[in-house]
Amino acid sequence: MFCIGPIVAAAAQGTAPPAPGVNETCLACHGDKDAKRADGRSIAVEDAMFSHSVHGEMHLKCTDCHVDVSPQKLPHPEKLKPVVCANCHQQEAKEYSATVHGIARKGGNNVAATCTDCHGSHDIRRANDPASRTNHANLEATCGKCHGNDAMVASAKLPGGNIVTQFHDSIHGKALTGAGAGSAPTCTNCHGAHTIRAKSDPESATSRANIPDTCGSCHKKERAQFATSLHGQLRHEGNLAAPGCNDCHSAHRIQRHDQPAFQTQVINECGNCHADYLSTYRDTFHGQVTALGYSAVATCASCHGSHEILPVSNAASNVSPQNRLKTCQKCHAGATANFANYDPHANRHDRARNPLYYYAAKFMDWLLIGVFGFFAIHTLLWFIRSLRVRLARRDDDGTQG
Amino acid sequence: MSSVGKSPTTPSTARGTVPPPAGGHYYRRFTRVERIMHALLMLSFVGLALTGLPLLFSDKPWASVLARILGGFQAAGVIHRTCAFVMLVLFASHIIAVVRRGIANKDLVGILWGPDSMVPQPQDAVDIYNHFKWFLGVGPRPQFDRWTYWEKFDYWAVFWGMAIIGGSGFLLWFPVFFAKLLPGWMFNIATLVHGEEALLAVGFIFTIHFFNGHLRPEKFPMDTVVFTGRISEHELKHERAVEYARLIREGTLAAQEAPPPTLESRAFGWFVGGGTLLLGIVAIILIVYSVLH
Repeated sequence: MFCIGPIVAAAAQGTAPPAPGVNETCLACHGDKDAKRADGRSIAVEDAMFSHSVHGEMHLKCTDCHVDVSPQKLPHPEKLKPVVCANCHQQEAKEYSATVHGIARKGGNNVAATCTDCHGSHDIRRANDPASRTNHANLEATCGKCHGNDAMVASAKLPGGNIVTQFHDSIHGKALTGAGAGSAPTCTNCHGAHTIRAKSDPESATSRANIPDTCGSCHKKERAQFATSLHGQLRHEGNLAAPGCNDCHSAHRIQRHDQPAFQTQVINECGNCHADYLSTYRDTFHGQVTALGYSAVATCASCHGSHEILPVSNAASNVSPQNRLKTCQKCHAGATANFANYDPHANRHDRARNPLYYYAAKFMDWLLIGVFGFFAIHTLLWFIRSLRVRLARRDDDGTQG
Repeated sequence: MSSVGKSPTTPSTARGTVPPPAGGHYYRRFTRVERIMHALLMLSFVGLALTGLPLLFSDKPWASVLARILGGFQAAGVIHRTCAFVMLVLFASHIIAVVRRGIANKDLVGILWGPDSMVPQPQDAVDIYNHFKWFLGVGPRPQFDRWTYWEKFDYWAVFWGMAIIGGSGFLLWFPVFFAKLLPGWMFNIATLVHGEEALLAVGFIFTIHFFNGHLRPEKFPMDTVVFTGRISEHELKHERAVEYARLIREGTLAAQEAPPPTLESRAFGWFVGGGTLLLGIVAIILIVYSVLH
């Protein structure tokens, strides 16, 4: 680069403006608000905007980025080469090329985000500047230009749909506008910035395997509990079908765990894998009340726990024979050993599990079939006969039965 | 008992909705206490059904809507238990009345046998057989005494239903207490039986009982006898000829004669009874829709 020496010198000297220079020469044309190119697009550059940008503060010259323009040979050709940020930002550019955006660009996708989509161009500011596009408080909007834009989501087939809108209403999205905004996570806290990778990429912070560690970087207590749980153990053994954080909590729609909407919805998430247990749970009063949207009765987590779920065979489990009664007593004060012998997952089709329940269900089935069957025939025949008698009588003398 | 605004011999025939009383005479079919008990039974039954059905069909959208209309599941639970208590009182007072009839009135035989008994008897089997013959057009229409076989079925269905649903309901109402006496799996069976038996009761009352009592062509759209307590001479003669003949034979017909139905009792029948009829039909539509989907 022909100009590195003078830049360093200018920066070292503080506020002294550079010698009558390049930028003034460029602004002679581009400083005009109404400057347009042949096809009508604006070529205006606002001096104040640039001078407040990180590059302006460093007194970079226009030609430091627009390297194919020489102030000695003006006017320059209408078509210039694209600016190559990598000329200075080599490390970032290298990281970017491995991201989902970088790979898409390389594959010919010309809408995938590149440097300027997130950082801007003449107005790039430092991330710690509240006016920066990449400031913590503004990232939701910056990523949302694409991932929160329905038209863009549809035309570019962005994965997950309008995830920024989903995120905005999530517990993290709400926290970003609240008192604890500074510590609430925004997009980059989970996805990274120059390291954003598809979740199918094993290196991604949001890959199936890495999600617990990504969430656990803030939720340390839950991460530790989860590691000792049945689900955590299965994952540790390499079984990634076992659920991670997002399987129960979702990714971008995470809700407070103490809200009825979440508590009743998460039951269905358990049922995605444990379908038979969900079905038998729905046969109980607990399961029926929660299906109506009320969470004041036992959900899966009330008995099994959430991050610390252990199999019934493990003595430490909330539902082990040793602990079961104590678990019932959390809600049913004074419950006795008999009480805890209630089967919260009794299956009317499973004779081996509970024969009496099985036969009671069979008896009720046949009672209903018998009564409704007999009276359906009785009623239908009666109706037809009565109707015919009445119609005949009406024809005879006009009187009614 | 009821206002005697008109002489029994000059009833109005102009009130279009009342079946035309041919002879103008009315006879007492239900006592005032029985009518009040039926009305309370009906209202508490509807209350129990409305608050119970959302649980039984909790996976259907209409169930959550109904639960919310009722004030949430806690409020629905309070209504359910209040209605259950009313029904329990009715059940107990009926048992007491039957026991008194047996002991104080020394009518134990009459409870168990004869035309005033609800106990099924050989004649009921004969009646069923003959009724089916008439349905199929191969016999004359059978004539009935005071209680037909389908009315006895209604009675015993409610009796059995109250015992089973009520009993299991109590278990589920006070599970911690009953678990001191009963094994835990009893609550599984109680939950199952409570719901299935309730479905049977609701399904039966809102279809078969409604048809037999009200919706069949002879009665359509409804029979107010259980609200007015009065049956017209015409109906007694034609629907219950055996009873009519027996009352004449026993010389007790005149003693059964009563003033025509009061306006209030008929209005109650038409509005509250008719409203219940409509509510029941809506419930049946929802149930059938839910079972089929």
